[in-house]
Amino acid sequence: MNVHLNLSHFSAAVVFALFTSIVFGITQRNSTVEQVKYGVYCFVLFVGGVFVAGWVMALIRR
Amino acid sequence: MANPTADKSKKTASAPEYPLTTMAVVAPIVGWLIPGGGHFLLKRYGRGVLLLISVVAMFVIGLGMQGRIYQPNGGDILDILGFIGDVGAGALYFLARIMDWGNVMAANAVADYGKTFLIVAGLLNFIAAADAHHIALGKKP
Repeated sequence: MNVHLNLSHFSAAVVFALFTSIVFGITQRNSTVEQVKYGVYCFVLFVGGVFVAGWVMALIRR
Repeated sequence: MANPTADKSKKTASAPEYPLTTMAVVAPIVGWLIPGGGHFLLKRYGRGVLLLISVVAMFVIGLGMQGRIYQPNGGDILDILGFIGDVGAGALYFLARIMDWGNVMAANAVADYGKTFLIVAGLLNFIAAADAHHIALGKKP
């Protein structure tokens, strides 16, 4: 494939979190409202986890 | 003399709560081959579209990041698991193999993320296919 995407670590993590959260929301809950809530919850956890891991690595590096 | 209680328990034990139907077999297979296809077959169009967009987008982004597509192999356990993940994308995997996409050995961080995107796209598609199976069985609305 001749397309070259050069995503940064952070943008790749956000894109990953977005699509994964959509699938998790749809497949792990029954009603539409529950699906949206769970999708948002997963997205926040994913992105929050990136920030926490980033800070932990930054503190270790010091 | 027949025991009516014993007969009743025999009947309930033999009849499964969610009987296996043709659709419960076909939907996950279609869902594996075409991401979201199982949901389309079961008339869950909104969910099907979102699953299709999510899995296809992750797969295409993975290829765009020069991610590697695993081929069938019997070597290292991580390579075998990588292949299982990739093949979960169904028709997208076979298309990529036919078009010779993802046959790169780029050793940089972006390509490594791309490889992860490809594997996770396949694994998410497996989950979507299992979800289609549960909907067809009637376990899920």
